[in-house]
Amino acid sequence: MPEIKVTPLGAGQDVGRSCILVSIGGKNIMLDCGMHMGFNDDRRFPDFSYITQQGRLTEFLDCVIISHFHLDHCGALPYMSEMVGYDGPIYMTHPTKAICPILLEDFRKITVDKKGETNFFTSQMIKDCMKKVVPLNLHQTVQVDDELEIKAYYAGHVLGAAMVQIKVGSESVVYTGDYNMTPDRHLGAAWIDKCRPDILISESTYATTIRDSKRCRERDFLKKVHETVERGGKVLIPVFALGRAQELCILLETFWERMNMKAPIYFSTGLTEKANHYYKLFITWTNQKIRKTFVQRNMFEFKHIKAFDRSYADNPGPMVVFATPGMLHAGQSLQIFKKWAGNEKNMIIMPGYCVQGTIGHKILNGQKKLEMENRQTLEVKLQVEYMSFSAHADAKGIMQLIRMAEPRNMLLVHGEAKKMEFLKDKIEQEFTINCFMPANGETTTVITNPSVPVDISLNLLKREMALGGPLPDPKKPRTMHGTLIMKDNSLRLVSPEQALKELGLNEHQLRFTCRVQYRKTEFTIFIVFSSSYLVKAWLVLKGYTIQHLPDGTVMVESIVIKVSSSAEEPNTKVLLLSWSYQDEDLGSFLSTLLKKGLPSGLSSM
Amino acid sequence: MKLYCLSGHPTLPCNVLKFKSTTIMLDCGLDTTSVLQFLPLPLVHSPRLSKLPGWVSKDGTINLEKELKECAGRVFVDSQPEFCLPEKELLDLSTIDVILISNYHCMMALPYITEHTGFTGTVYATEPTLQIGRLLMEELVNFMERVPKAQSATCWKYKEIQRLLPGPLKDAVEVSTWKRCYSMQDVNSALSKVQLVGYSQKVELFGAVQVTPLSSGYSLGSSNWIIQSHYEKVSYVSGSSLLTTHPQPMDQSSLKNSDVLILTGLTQMPTANPDGMLGDFCSNLAMTIRAGGNVLVPCYSSGVIYDLLECLYQFIENANLGSTPFYFISPVANSSLEFSQIFAEWLCHNKQSKVYLPEPPFPHAELIQTNKLKHYPSIHGDFSSEFRQPCVVFTGHPSLRFGDVVHFMELWGKSSLNTIIFTEPDFSYLDALAPYQPLAMKCVYCPIDTRLNFHQVSKLLKEVQPLHVVCPEQYTQPPPAQSHRSDLMLELQPPPMPYRRCSVLGLPFRRRWERIQLLPEVGPVATHLSDVSILLIFSQPPIVQVLPLKKMREACSAVFILSLPSQHGITEVKVEETADGHILHLQAEDTLIQLEEDGTHIVCDDNEPLRTALRDLVLRFLMKL
Repeated sequence: MPEIKVTPLGAGQDVGRSCILVSIGGKNIMLDCGMHMGFNDDRRFPDFSYITQQGRLTEFLDCVIISHFHLDHCGALPYMSEMVGYDGPIYMTHPTKAICPILLEDFRKITVDKKGETNFFTSQMIKDCMKKVVPLNLHQTVQVDDELEIKAYYAGHVLGAAMVQIKVGSESVVYTGDYNMTPDRHLGAAWIDKCRPDILISESTYATTIRDSKRCRERDFLKKVHETVERGGKVLIPVFALGRAQELCILLETFWERMNMKAPIYFSTGLTEKANHYYKLFITWTNQKIRKTFVQRNMFEFKHIKAFDRSYADNPGPMVVFATPGMLHAGQSLQIFKKWAGNEKNMIIMPGYCVQGTIGHKILNGQKKLEMENRQTLEVKLQVEYMSFSAHADAKGIMQLIRMAEPRNMLLVHGEAKKMEFLKDKIEQEFTINCFMPANGETTTVITNPSVPVDISLNLLKREMALGGPLPDPKKPRTMHGTLIMKDNSLRLVSPEQALKELGLNEHQLRFTCRVQYRKTEFTIFIVFSSSYLVKAWLVLKGYTIQHLPDGTVMVESIVIKVSSSAEEPNTKVLLLSWSYQDEDLGSFLSTLLKKGLPSGLSSM
Repeated sequence: MKLYCLSGHPTLPCNVLKFKSTTIMLDCGLDTTSVLQFLPLPLVHSPRLSKLPGWVSKDGTINLEKELKECAGRVFVDSQPEFCLPEKELLDLSTIDVILISNYHCMMALPYITEHTGFTGTVYATEPTLQIGRLLMEELVNFMERVPKAQSATCWKYKEIQRLLPGPLKDAVEVSTWKRCYSMQDVNSALSKVQLVGYSQKVELFGAVQVTPLSSGYSLGSSNWIIQSHYEKVSYVSGSSLLTTHPQPMDQSSLKNSDVLILTGLTQMPTANPDGMLGDFCSNLAMTIRAGGNVLVPCYSSGVIYDLLECLYQFIENANLGSTPFYFISPVANSSLEFSQIFAEWLCHNKQSKVYLPEPPFPHAELIQTNKLKHYPSIHGDFSSEFRQPCVVFTGHPSLRFGDVVHFMELWGKSSLNTIIFTEPDFSYLDALAPYQPLAMKCVYCPIDTRLNFHQVSKLLKEVQPLHVVCPEQYTQPPPAQSHRSDLMLELQPPPMPYRRCSVLGLPFRRRWERIQLLPEVGPVATHLSDVSILLIFSQPPIVQVLPLKKMREACSAVFILSLPSQHGITEVKVEETADGHILHLQAEDTLIQLEEDGTHIVCDDNEPLRTALRDLVLRFLMKL
């Protein structure tokens, strides 16, 4: 039986270094190629040696698809393509293609220039890697080769995020990447049609969370920022340069405008302006409202938000600073955090998920003393707030997507094992479909039941249609008879006669003949009987045609009834009854009838 | 399969394809050349136009002085301009299932088709086509509603009267279908029926037909369409271009293997080279400005104007025109310029890679930033105070019958320093200028039409090899003005099937196959016979067509002889060889089994259980084969 295999190399019962291998219809596809924020060693990247111990990956992979520009989904891409070696196509959407190299370069700089690591990918490798990228448009069907096709759907989450459908023949897999089922201030909601994939591979970051309404969270956020600023405190919001940052900027910008606030808002990285520019140029990827009004007012031109300079961190008075990166694991956000952590007037708002091992994760778990480099400890006095603004689908959203796509099987990745377990039970209960949650390196195999495409001759189809009246009844299945010819790798369904003709063969006829002998008197009775109203009426009622041929033969359909005299016994008449297998039912009924007389229950037949 | 042709205009087509019980409309172009028969709609009161004499026939029997005015030796209709609609009588428009739009110029009749006709279908178009199409419709409505004209002229349309009118009014065709412009409400309602599609997206219609838009290289989001089932393929080629301008290049290879290719939207200027015209445009513009005159460019608000601005961006520095103001005046000027920058996915490779930097794909962003190009919704308001001469003005409508261009014609027409440069190919410039004569202003005609020319199209057709080509009849003969140019027509083998307005063509198709899906549960059983495989489908009741092997006879007899006696207590089987096979005689039962290559005949008189046993045996055996 045909089967689809899914093996996560990363993001199996874990968040980080998303990388999932799919084998479908003889094709191998790599979905995402990310890095893990929580590790600084080999575990940072997916284990590509699973695919091959030596040599390049090109011959083992038909294509690589990147769902969006977050580093945990594309951070290992130059390593994979340039250092391990892969020359095939890499698919991603236009915005992802535009933004991905910038984030990769950022990542490289932090790792190589700041941390001093060697044996890392170079700027040139990022460029070479991006040359292998083929841009994807939404809903466009891209033919990777003759059999493999992929199609991207809008995923929300961040600018350019996509879900992908991978299809070979009638088998298909959908990979969601990260997605968001509720529209936010700058992006729309994920959408997919009822494509009924064999497997739906979904992220499950918020598998157990059902978040309160967005509006409440926003109000809460603004209230906290407002209170802190009012009492003269500083607010640090660690973010990634693109994504949540823009949403929160829009939120604060409108709030500042409305409340006529004076405290400065800064954005820490030089990337911002550039980032906002991407949003302006890819406005077709944002939500309906922004798209509709962008000619009059571009939401990504901020009046109140200004560029941050390192020296501002020591300025007195309240301020709000957006700083990268979002998990406090390095860079400017960490530096500012160190400066402000000691003052209880200040506040840090973590607007997204933090991977284990990062400082962000530690302070969210209530750790009050942090061990920094050089054995120093840092006391955390400032208020720590967590506010889930990261645009992942929550449990409700995941269920909603399942309802939309109607998959035959479900597979969870990009989440914590415990939470997955809970969601898995829920999915299996509610949808009665199998739900898998393989760990990294573990293969899930799903048996598929693909239908077989067959070409049917239009003549045959029309003939069958004619038999069933003018309109086919979609509610009633009907058998049709035809011969399937398998030739030159194609399947064709034709009428039996045509098949015989095409193959130069003769039909094998199966005929039966019965002889019934009557004495003359009996025979007269029979004649009277067979022409009796009852029998005829029954035959006609059942729609059989009765023909009387000139030589005295009677034909009911193809059944021949012939009367002859016996040579030996002149007083006996012989009745020959002959039928082919096609009329077996009627033939055997008639032969019984002629031999035994009318069964008592005939009138009710 | 049939094709109903509702428009006779080769570049503004409107055809309906009936294919596998779906009814598909291909484009709905609006023929606006009819507006040339009308007087211009001035934005500010024009003493000249208001004093024109009414028209009375020479013998005085027909007096239409309220409806028709004489101007510069020609007669014009004095009412709100009207458009020539696609034919509505040939086909019930409510039966249309879908409308496929190929580019924003070919959708201007959409509200006439989808509104007040009982239409309940879906319209498919790409996002740029929808957005820019909406702008063009908005602009058209705005132009008309800004200058309301209560009067609607109808008398001149009566056949008996029309034939007595002076030309070219006398020769105007289909005047009974001419209609006034739709309202914004109709536009919004019509466009709400549009479903967005992307290039190469496969859209299933009712499970019967698949339609796919392909990049056509002509304008932002412009597409050709493939309409196909598993065995038949129709390609619909509308405005397409092979030149390197701003849109994504044309996808040619996907048009291959078409049974029928419907070819519309070729260039209207087969002898004018777009690059040469662009050069003429720049040099004439520079010459006029240097001499202290103004330049008027009547144009649509989207399309070639982007290329003109890009060309000027490079040109003005070299030509020392850096200080000359460029104005773009249209109710949708700002939107058009803004929208052009956000459709990176639909642009040519060069422009696409600019967005990755990130920079705006079109250089007019820089022209606006440096204040070299200014845009205004109309001549009223800010423009009147900020406007400096000499200058260059881009404005619509290219027919010179409505829009802000009318005002500039009145303003600048009297001075020979000024120049009007026609770049749009849709209107004859002499007809466009007719109501403004006599003019002192210089006229330059540089029509830029990037659509396929005859040379390119014959090369394309050689490449994609369609079995049959359907095209407007205009393409099957040289243009009337250049009847000796046999290179300006389509010459194909087999010859193209021409259509005209109201034609109904039967397309040459022989459908022989249909694709079905065999459920895995049906369980076909494979049987291998020497060189071919045959599958038997078993149904209830099992009726099986069996194909025998040569060896069947021997095998068959053997099976009977071996298995019968043991199972049914048959003691004696007599085997008799015949020419074609064997006869088995079960003597005790008085039963004969005749085995031949193409048939088995069981003669069994009064023993039904034996007969059925034999029957099943034969069947089982045949199935095993």
